[in-house]
Amino acid sequence: MTELALTLRERPRLSAVARRLVWVLVGFAVYCALILLYGKNPLAALHDTFTNTLGSTYGFEQVVIKMIPLVLTAMAVAVPARIGLVNVGGEGQLFLGGLCATGAAITFTSLPAWVLLPLMSLFAIIGGGALAAVAGWLRARGWLSEVFSTVLFNYIAILAVSVLVFGPWRDPTSSNYPQTRLFVPAAQIPHIGSSQVDITVFVAIAVVIAFDLVLRRTRWGLEMRAIGANPQAAARNGVPVRRYIVACMFVGGALAGLAGMDQVAGLQLRLNTGISSGFGYLGFLISWLSGHNPRLIVPMSFLLALLAAGGDVLQITQSLPYALVNVMSAVLLIIVLFGRSAGVRSVS
Amino acid sequence: MNATTTASILATTLALGPSVLYATLGEIVGQRAGIVNLGIEGVMLVGAAVGFAAGVVFGNSYLGLLAGAGAGLAFNMLMAAMTVTRGTNQLATGFALYFLGVGVSTLIGDQYIGSSVGGVGQFHLPGLGLLPHPWSNIFDQDLLVWLMFPTAVLLWWLLFHTRWGLHVRAVGEDRQRAYAAGLHPDRIRYQALAIAGALSGLSGAHLAVAYTKTWQDGITAGRGFVVISIVILALWHPVRAIPGALLFTAAVATGLQLQALGVPVSPFLLDMLPYVVTIAVVLIWGRPKAFAIPAALQEVFVGTST
Amino acid sequence: MTTALPGPPDARTDEIPLAARGIVKRFGRVLALDRADFELRPGVHVLLGENGAGKSTLVKILYGRVNADEGEIFLRGAPVEIRTPADARRLGIGLVFQDFSLIPALTVAENVALFLPELSRLLRRTQIEGRISELCQHLGIDVDPTVRVGTLSVPEQQRVEIIRVLLGGARILIFDEPTSALPPHETDAFFEIFRRLRDDGYPIVFITHKLREVFALGDHVTVMRRGTVIDTLPIELATEQRLVELMFGQAELATRTSEVGVRSGGAPVLELAGVTTTGPGRRLVDIDLSVSAGELVGVAGVSGNGQRELGDVILGAARLARGKRVLFGRDASRWTVRQIREGGVGFIGENALGMELIWSMTLEENLALGSLSRFSRAGGMSIDWPAVQEHFEQAFSELGLKPPDRNARASTLSGGNLQRFVIARELARRPKLIVALDPARGLDVRSANIVRRLLAKARNEGAGVLLISQDLAELSELCDRIVVLHEGGIVADVAPDETDAYQLGRFMSGAESSA
Repeated sequence: MTELALTLRERPRLSAVARRLVWVLVGFAVYCALILLYGKNPLAALHDTFTNTLGSTYGFEQVVIKMIPLVLTAMAVAVPARIGLVNVGGEGQLFLGGLCATGAAITFTSLPAWVLLPLMSLFAIIGGGALAAVAGWLRARGWLSEVFSTVLFNYIAILAVSVLVFGPWRDPTSSNYPQTRLFVPAAQIPHIGSSQVDITVFVAIAVVIAFDLVLRRTRWGLEMRAIGANPQAAARNGVPVRRYIVACMFVGGALAGLAGMDQVAGLQLRLNTGISSGFGYLGFLISWLSGHNPRLIVPMSFLLALLAAGGDVLQITQSLPYALVNVMSAVLLIIVLFGRSAGVRSVS
Repeated sequence: MNATTTASILATTLALGPSVLYATLGEIVGQRAGIVNLGIEGVMLVGAAVGFAAGVVFGNSYLGLLAGAGAGLAFNMLMAAMTVTRGTNQLATGFALYFLGVGVSTLIGDQYIGSSVGGVGQFHLPGLGLLPHPWSNIFDQDLLVWLMFPTAVLLWWLLFHTRWGLHVRAVGEDRQRAYAAGLHPDRIRYQALAIAGALSGLSGAHLAVAYTKTWQDGITAGRGFVVISIVILALWHPVRAIPGALLFTAAVATGLQLQALGVPVSPFLLDMLPYVVTIAVVLIWGRPKAFAIPAALQEVFVGTST
Repeated sequence: MTTALPGPPDARTDEIPLAARGIVKRFGRVLALDRADFELRPGVHVLLGENGAGKSTLVKILYGRVNADEGEIFLRGAPVEIRTPADARRLGIGLVFQDFSLIPALTVAENVALFLPELSRLLRRTQIEGRISELCQHLGIDVDPTVRVGTLSVPEQQRVEIIRVLLGGARILIFDEPTSALPPHETDAFFEIFRRLRDDGYPIVFITHKLREVFALGDHVTVMRRGTVIDTLPIELATEQRLVELMFGQAELATRTSEVGVRSGGAPVLELAGVTTTGPGRRLVDIDLSVSAGELVGVAGVSGNGQRELGDVILGAARLARGKRVLFGRDASRWTVRQIREGGVGFIGENALGMELIWSMTLEENLALGSLSRFSRAGGMSIDWPAVQEHFEQAFSELGLKPPDRNARASTLSGGNLQRFVIARELARRPKLIVALDPARGLDVRSANIVRRLLAKARNEGAGVLLISQDLAELSELCDRIVVLHEGGIVADVAPDETDAYQLGRFMSGAESSA
C-alpha cells in the first residue's frame, strides 16, 4: 500500500455510531428532498406514512408482512456472501421456490395441513436451493462466476412461472388475470392469532439467529469464515471449499425459496406472476446495507419494508409515484457504500 | 420455415442489434479499464426514458438518441464517482445504479406513456436495395444499425492501436504498475466509464425511440444483464461482440416470429430462449483463455464479506 | 551507439551525476535511513550491505517511489525534487526493479511503449518494435517484441526491464539486487549486458549483498549498515575482510550449525511416481521423488521451476494429471487436502499469511483450523476450545519456544513470529512427512536458525522432511540428499558432499542432467 493510503487511514474518523447517525440523517434529508421535488409536503408525507403504518395495527402488520420475504431474501445473499459469493439470483430462486411449493399444494390437496405445509416448504427449499446450487457448482468448477449465472437464471425462473400460470396450471374461473386456483385451506400458512401476519415471521427470525450461532460457534462457521477471509489458505488447511460453495449457494437459494413459499401460501394463497415485486433484488440491497451481517438484516429489512409500505400509502394519499421507493432504496445503498468506503483507496 | 419468415427473423435480428451491441461495446471498454458495471440495465433504462422523453418533447428522434446517450453518460458518472474516486465495491454500486435507474426511468418515462415518436428513418445501403423481396427487407435498417459495425471496429482500433487504448488496458490489468509507469488510473477509468455510459444510454434510447417507438416500464427486459455475459463471450474484444450480440437478438427475433406464427408453444418458453442460449454458449465457448480477461477484474469477482 | 538510445550523461565533466545528502526516512517506528549521504562515482558503483541496511530504501528515494522525511537530492550538482517515479524518469534516472514493473498480459513492445517519454497518440508498433530490436542487437540479447511478457522466463523478463529503462530515456541506471532471481549460469549472461552498459558510459548504481559480484563488476563500493553509509572505497582498496568488517562491524564469520543427521533407512513416507500436472503456472513433468522416514531431502532450483507446484501436488492442492502419489505406503493419488493432512502431512509455506493462515482470525482459531477433525464436537456443531488451548501451549513448549498470545490476530504478528507459529502448529500434529517451501526466506537470522533447527529436529525424531529452498547454503547444511528441479522436472539427485554450488547451479539452469 502506498503512503497515500496509510495517511488516509490515519485520518481521524467519526465513531461508528456517529457515522451511522450521519447516514440516517442524510437519507432522511434526501427523502424529504424527493418529496419536495414532487411538490408535496414532506411533513404531511411522513405523517401519512406513520399513521398508516406504525400508527395502526393493520398498518404495522402490513409492514411486518412485507418484511418477512425481505429478511429471507437478504439472508439468501448474506449466507453465500460469507464465503465471498455474490448471489444476485434471489428473485429467480424465490419464484422457483414458490413454483415448487405450488406444485405440491395443488397436487397433494388431500393431505392435512401439518403434513402438507412442511412438504410444500421442502419443495420450496429444494426448488430455490437447486437453482442456486447449479450456479454454485458452475462457480466451484471454475466455469462461470455466480454473478452471471444467477442473474440469467432469474429470467428463466420467472418465465417458468409464467409458462405454468398461463398454461397448465391456470385457473379457468379467473379469466382476466392468469393465476392458479386458490389453495386448499390445508395449504395456507396459518396466521398469528387474528392478525394478518403469518407464522413465517418466526421462521425468518429463527433463520437469522441460527445463522449467527452457526457462524460464531460451530465448526462450519469457522471454516466459512476462513474461506471468506482467504479461500486459498482455507483450502490448503483442508477446508473443502468447493463443497462449501455449492452448500452455501444452496442454503441461500433455499431461503429465497422459502420467501417464495411465504408469498404463495401465506399471502396470495395462489401462484401468479405478481408474487414478488423485486423482493430478490431488494434482498440483495438489504444485505449490502447490513454489511452481510445477520444482526443488522432484521432492522434493515424492517426499514425497507416501512419504506415500501409508505410508498403504497403515499401513492394513495399524496399521489406520489411508487417508483420513488426504488429511488430511495438505491440512495440508501449509495449513502452506506459511500460512507463505508472512506479512506480505502490506495492508488491515486 | 419459408423465405418471408427467415427474412423477417434476420431483419428483426439486425433491428434489435443496437439495443444490445452498443451497450456491450461500452461495457467492454469499461471492463478493459477494470470496472464491472452490474447496473448497465439501469443506465440503459435511463437512456431509454430520457431519450424517449426528448424525442417526444422536441419532436425529433435523432435528438432523442443523442439525449439518451448523454443521459447514460451522466448517469454512469455516478458509478465512476463511487467506484473510482471513492473506492466502493463495484458489484454493490452497480446494483444500486440498477435500482436507481429503474426508479428514475419509471418516474421520467411514465410522464410519456401513450406518447409516441416518429422513429428514426430507415434506408438501404447502396446496392443492397436491389435484392429480391423479401430479402431486401433485411437491409432496410436505420442509421444506428448500420453504424454498429464501424463502431465496433473503431473501438477495436481505439483499444489496440492508440496510446489511449494502451493506457486503458494497462490500467485494467494492473493499476499499481500503470501508476508506476506514470499513468493516471482514475482519470482513465472516468473516461472509459463515460464512453461506456454514453453507449449504454444509446442502446436504451434506440430501443425506445427507434424500435418500439413507445415507452413501457422496464423496456429493456434484462438486456443490461445479458450484456455482461456477451462481454465474456466476446472475450473482451469489440469485434467479437458483434456475433455475440446478434446471437442474442436472433434468439429474441426467433421467439417473436414463432409467436406471430401461432406456433403452439407458450410464448414464455420462447422468451426463455435467449437467456438459455446465452448461458449455453458462454459455457461452451466462453471460458476465458490465458490473458484474455483483464487482470483487475479477477479481484472484483472474488467478492467481499465484511 | 545507436540513435535509439538517448545516451548517458557527458562523461568528461567532473560533476557528480547523482548525490543524496542527509537522508532520513522512518517507517512508523523503524528508522530505515539515518542521515545517509551518497555520492555516485563514475562507472559501476556498488551499494553493499546486509538485509535491512537501507540500500533498497535509499534507492527507492532516489527513484521517487518513496519520499524522504529529510534530506536533499542533487543531480549534477543542482538540487532536485523527486516526488514520484515520473519525476525521476524525467530526470533520466532509471531503476530496474527486483519485482518487475511489467504487465504480463501486454506484449514486450506495449510494455516498453508505456515508458517511452514521447509516445505518439497513434501507436506505431513497427517503429517501437524496430527500436527494441536495434537495442537488442547492441546489447547482444534476443527478445521478441511481439510476445506477451507473461509468457517469458524470469531472465528474459529482466532483459525486457532493462530495455524498457534504456528506451525510457534513462541516463543513470540503478539495479536493485538484479541477480537474486537468476541462477549462476544466467548471471554470467547478465554481467555481459552489464559490462556493455558500463562501457557505453552509463553511471550505474548496483545493489547487492553478494561479495562476489562486488569484485566482478564494481568500480566503487559503498557499504551501508543499519541505515547509514559507513564508507565508500574504490575497488582497488577493497578486500573481502575489509568489506565484511564494514558490513557487520567486526570481522565475525557466520557460524554454521550443522547437526549430524540420522540417515536411517526408514520406510518411504512419500513416493511420487511419474507425476505430471497441468497449468496454470509451471507444469510438473514426470516427477519421480521419494522421501523416507528420518531423511531430510532438499529440492534445489531457481524460483519458478515448479517448486510451488511440487509443494501443492504433495499437499493435494494441485491435481495429478498423470502418475501416482503414495503417502505412507498408501495410494493417495485421489485424496483431498483434508485427507492428506489428516493422514500425517505437515506443510510450511514461504508466505504464511498468504498461504497457510487466515489473517483476520486469532492464532487460536488458526490452530484449530489446522486440525478441525480433532477439535470439533457434536458433528461440527461446536468446537472444544479448552482442548485447543491446551494443544496450543503444548505445541510451543515442546519446541522450547515462548507461546505467543493466542488471542492475537494473525495479521498482527511479524514474519518471523508467524513462521514460528506455523511450524509449531504443524509439528504439534506429529506429522510423518513435513514439506517446507522456503520456510526461512525473509526471516531475521535468529528466526531462520530456529526454523532450520526445528526441521532437523523433526528429521532426527523420525519424520521425513522435504525442504524446497532457493538457499543453497541452507540445503547443503541440512540435507541428506539434494534433488534439483528444473522446468518442472527432476534433473539431479546428489549427496551434498559430492557436489558444489557451481555444479548445482548448472543443474538448476538445465545445463546438465544426471537424472
